[in-house]
Amino acid sequence: MTALPSTFATGLSRGRVELLMFLRDRTALIFTFAFPAMLLLLFGTIFGDSYDQTGVSASQVYSASMIAYGILSTAFVTMGAGLAMDREDGTLKRLHGTPITATAYLLGKTALVLALSVAEAAVLVLVGVLIFDMPLPDASHWLTFAWLFLLSVIACSLCGVAVSALVRHARTAGAILNVPLVALQFISGVFIHPITQLPGWLITVASFFPVKWMSQGFRYVFLPDSMKTLEAAGQWELGRTALVLGAWCVVGLALCLVTFRWTERDR
Amino acid sequence: MTCMDAIEVRGLRKTYRGHEAVRGIDLSVARGEVFALLGPNGAGKTTTVEILEGHRRRSGGEARVLGVDPGTGGRAWRARIGVVLQDTDDAADLTVTEMVRHLAGLYPDPRAADEVIELVGLTEKRSSKIRSLSGGQRRRVDVALGIVGRPELLFLDEPTTGFDPAARRQFWDLIRALATEGTTILLTTHYLEEAEALADRLAVLADGRIVAEGTPANLGGRSVAGAKVSWRQDGVARSEQVSDPTELLRKLLDDGADLTTLTVTRPTLEDTYLNLIGAQR
Repeated sequence: MTALPSTFATGLSRGRVELLMFLRDRTALIFTFAFPAMLLLLFGTIFGDSYDQTGVSASQVYSASMIAYGILSTAFVTMGAGLAMDREDGTLKRLHGTPITATAYLLGKTALVLALSVAEAAVLVLVGVLIFDMPLPDASHWLTFAWLFLLSVIACSLCGVAVSALVRHARTAGAILNVPLVALQFISGVFIHPITQLPGWLITVASFFPVKWMSQGFRYVFLPDSMKTLEAAGQWELGRTALVLGAWCVVGLALCLVTFRWTERDR
Repeated sequence: MTCMDAIEVRGLRKTYRGHEAVRGIDLSVARGEVFALLGPNGAGKTTTVEILEGHRRRSGGEARVLGVDPGTGGRAWRARIGVVLQDTDDAADLTVTEMVRHLAGLYPDPRAADEVIELVGLTEKRSSKIRSLSGGQRRRVDVALGIVGRPELLFLDEPTTGFDPAARRQFWDLIRALATEGTTILLTTHYLEEAEALADRLAVLADGRIVAEGTPANLGGRSVAGAKVSWRQDGVARSEQVSDPTELLRKLLDDGADLTTLTVTRPTLEDTYLNLIGAQR
C-alpha cells in the first residue's frame, strides 16, 4: 500500500484551503481584519496628542499597542470561532472520516492565522506610519518584533483552540470570545495607557495574561526608549515578556491537547 | 468471526444519559455486499453507523470494521473506509473541484478528482462554489468526497433525503456502479423503495433493536405471506386471503366472474415494514 501523506504536507494543503475560504468570505474578511485598523483610526484621531512632554503622540502609542490587539483578534478569535464553526458545519466530522491527523488540521489553521496576523500587523503599522507619523524602528528592534510577533501569534492561537472547547454553538462564539478579548484590552495597556493609571491589583491581574506583555513589547519596538518610564515597571522587561509568552505557549499547547476533539462530546 | 466480513457486530449498545439508543445489535455485512439499515427516525440508525465509522464510542458490545475495532482505528484504517455524512454544510466557499482535490490529497491512493466528479455527474458544475449547488448536487459532492480515497467500505447515511425522484434514480445508478466495482456499502435510509432497489440484504431497526433481517424479497416472511385475491361478482366486491392463489383463480374462471376487476396482491415491503415497526410501538 502507498504511504499515507505526511502531516506537514496535508497541514500545508489545509492552510491553503483555509486561506482560500477566508478570502472568499467577505464578512469575515471585513470584521476580523478591518476592525482593529478602524479602531486605531478612531482612537488615534480622538486622542490626538496627549504625551507632548515626551514628544510622542497618543496616536503613535496606539499604533504600537494596537498591534497586540490585531494579533489577539486575528489569532485568538479566528482560531476560537473558526474551530467552533468547523465543529458545527461538519468540517471536523468530515475530516475525521479521512486519514488526516489532528496536528495537520491545526497546522492548517495556524498557517491561516499566521498569514492573517502578518497582514493585520502590516496594515496597523502602515496606518501608524502614514497617518500618525510613527517612525519605523531600526534592525535590532525589528528582530525583537519578529520573536515577539511569533510568540504572540502562537500563544493566542493555542488559547483560541482551548477556549473553543467552551463554545457550544458557533453563533455564541463571538460573544464568548469577546469577553476575555475586550476585558484584556482595557487592563493591558492597549486602550488605556499609561497602564499605571489602573489600580495596582488590576495591573497584577493583567500581568498573568499575554496581552499586557504583547502591547508592552510592541511599544518597545516602535516607541523611543524614553517611553519606558510610562510602563508598569518603568522598564521594557523584554526577558520577562519572552518568558510569560513562552509559558502561555506551553500552557496553551497543553490545554489544546487536552481539550481538542473532532466531534461534539457524546451526550 | 470470519475475516471475510467487512462488518461484524455483536451485542452493540449505546447509552446517552441513561437513554439506550442502541440496545444490543448483531450484524454482519459481507465484503462486496450492499446492506441497508432501515428504520424510522430515532431508531438508532445514525448512532449505529457513527459508531462503526469511529465517530462515536460504543457503550458495550463488539465491533469489527474491516477487521479493526472502529473505536481505536488509526489513519491506515480510515484510509480504507469512506464516509458520507448527514447534514454537513462545510466548504461552502470552495468549488467542487477544489474540495474534491483537497480531500483526495489526504489519502494514500486517491482517485483522480476529475474522474470522481464525472462519476457523480457534476462535471458541468465542477467550477461552481459548493454554496451555489442544489441539495441533490451537494449530496453528490458528499458522495464524491466519500469515494475519492478509493474506499473498500462506504458508509452512506440517508444519502437521498430531500431528493426529487429523478435525482434519486440517478443516485441509485451511481451506488450500483460502485457496488459493481466491489465496494462494500452500508446504507441507512427510511425510504423502502431505496432499500428494495439497492440492497442485497437489509435489517429493520426499531427502538434500538433489529426486528427483522433478510433480503428485500423475504424480509419478515414476506415471500411466504400468501396473497390477497379481490374481484367483483354480481356487482359485489369480494376478496379472499390464500396461500396459493392458483386454485381460486381457476375456480373464478370457471364461475365466469368479472375478471376485469381481478387483483392479486402480496404484502409490499412497505406493508411488511410498517407491520414490523408497528409491532414495536
